[in-house]
Amino acid sequence: MIPIISVTNLTKKFGDMTAVDGISFSVPTGGIFAFLGPNGAGKTTSIKMLTTLLAPTDGTIEIGGKSPQTDQDAVRRMFGIVFQDPSLDDELTAYENMEFHAVLYSVPVTLRKPRIEELMRFVDVWDRKDSLVKTFSGGMKRRLEIARGLLHHPQIFFLDEPTLGLDPQTRNHIWAYIQKLSKEEGITVFFTTHYMEEAQRVAQQVAIIDHGHIIATGTPQELMTKTKSASLEDAFLSLTGHEIREEEASSKDAMRNRRRMWHGGR
Amino acid sequence: MNAIYILWLRQLKRYFRSKSRMVGSLGQPILFLFALGFGMGPVYAKAGQGNYLQFLVPGVVSMGILFTAIFSGVEVIWDKQFGFLKETLVAPVSRLSIMFGRTLGGATVAVLQGCIVLVLSMLFGFRFPITALPMALVCMFFIALLFTALGTALASVLEDMQGFQLIMNFLVMPLFFLSGALFPINDNTPQVLKLITAFDPLAYGVDGLRDVLIGVTHFGLPLDMAVLSLVTVLFVVLGSYLFSKIQI
Repeated sequence: MIPIISVTNLTKKFGDMTAVDGISFSVPTGGIFAFLGPNGAGKTTSIKMLTTLLAPTDGTIEIGGKSPQTDQDAVRRMFGIVFQDPSLDDELTAYENMEFHAVLYSVPVTLRKPRIEELMRFVDVWDRKDSLVKTFSGGMKRRLEIARGLLHHPQIFFLDEPTLGLDPQTRNHIWAYIQKLSKEEGITVFFTTHYMEEAQRVAQQVAIIDHGHIIATGTPQELMTKTKSASLEDAFLSLTGHEIREEEASSKDAMRNRRRMWHGGR
Repeated sequence: MNAIYILWLRQLKRYFRSKSRMVGSLGQPILFLFALGFGMGPVYAKAGQGNYLQFLVPGVVSMGILFTAIFSGVEVIWDKQFGFLKETLVAPVSRLSIMFGRTLGGATVAVLQGCIVLVLSMLFGFRFPITALPMALVCMFFIALLFTALGTALASVLEDMQGFQLIMNFLVMPLFFLSGALFPINDNTPQVLKLITAFDPLAYGVDGLRDVLIGVTHFGLPLDMAVLSLVTVLFVVLGSYLFSKIQI
């Protein structure tokens, strides 16, 4: 199958810190692909480069045969995204957030209303369409973001920890939506998560990144067989070790923030 | 074009929805009109300068616009922190359109705020020829655009709101107090102050607005408009450049 995303030798450096170090992988068209790794492994940085938000230091990315650097708008039209942190405007209503997105992505005026309604019904937020988003719960915001990301009929759907901080009911709901989408509309789903059982259940292909390197790729079953583990979580731990990374990553983040505050966004 | 419109509309919606901000930002101009307008009025009249309130209002209107405009620009930091900026930055829309839309929206909001201050000042006894209104709006729009663009430029290089206090104390306040909004610039003004004032873009805004509304001017309207439009273009270009360099 022709890959919809191919990444070759992708590298990103922040000053002398290398966040992503020469990674290569490809994502088959139409599948569900999990991009896993401990905190600070380089997942979010990679997604930012794939989605035109960050320029790579080195290496090439092809999304549907186009480069996020030189063909930004074509690539941007091709994907939808749900970011790790909420990215809705709290002061606008749910419907207005959707409409804003529709206008930015040039969804034709006549299709706008039915498409927005269809998607908001799909994620069960249509009855709250005129409420300000700041009155929404975390789960509702997430669902609305999923609906928004799908509004312009993307071929690829990026989800950066889409179920973080949500209760099991909402998480199950969200995965059910996503699997349905992938099956019925043939959308390629690219997601990250820390919940390994979700990845094991949903993903057809997995890539594990650690310290900026891809250390394993394959189906969940292949990774489990390779590491002689009973679950993907055990396979993940056996591949990435038990050391906790949180501290290192967050202090680096804070440093990067402080530096950016004084020297401009780099 | 549609993108510019929807971003403009968003700024307006946010403005009309946050009543506390609208009312809150009127407190300061009212205080200035009341305390300074009435408090300094007799002294000013005794010095043979005429009606201080008439003199003060264009300055206070400019102040309202300045604060709202800078704040609208700096809102980009909020959008960075609350994540909404990412939504606009991954959209197939040029950064330039995003910057223009926001800046025009912010400037419109600032002009509205200026108009409210102008109407309020009439309750305090301010009077101006109604025929002066169109030109006054032009002046107000230039001031608004200039400082929204400046705010956007600043917000593009700042990471969080910690720098906001710095902007208020070392940029916005000096811009306002050294603009001649509160005192007349004339032959008796100390040279140093006069020189500094000549480098404050707001001074030309206040002076232009004052010329249009009450016919008192220091630089003259043609120079005011020339400087205002030039600096506005400069800041819009700078703001667009810095905005296009944002990486999140």
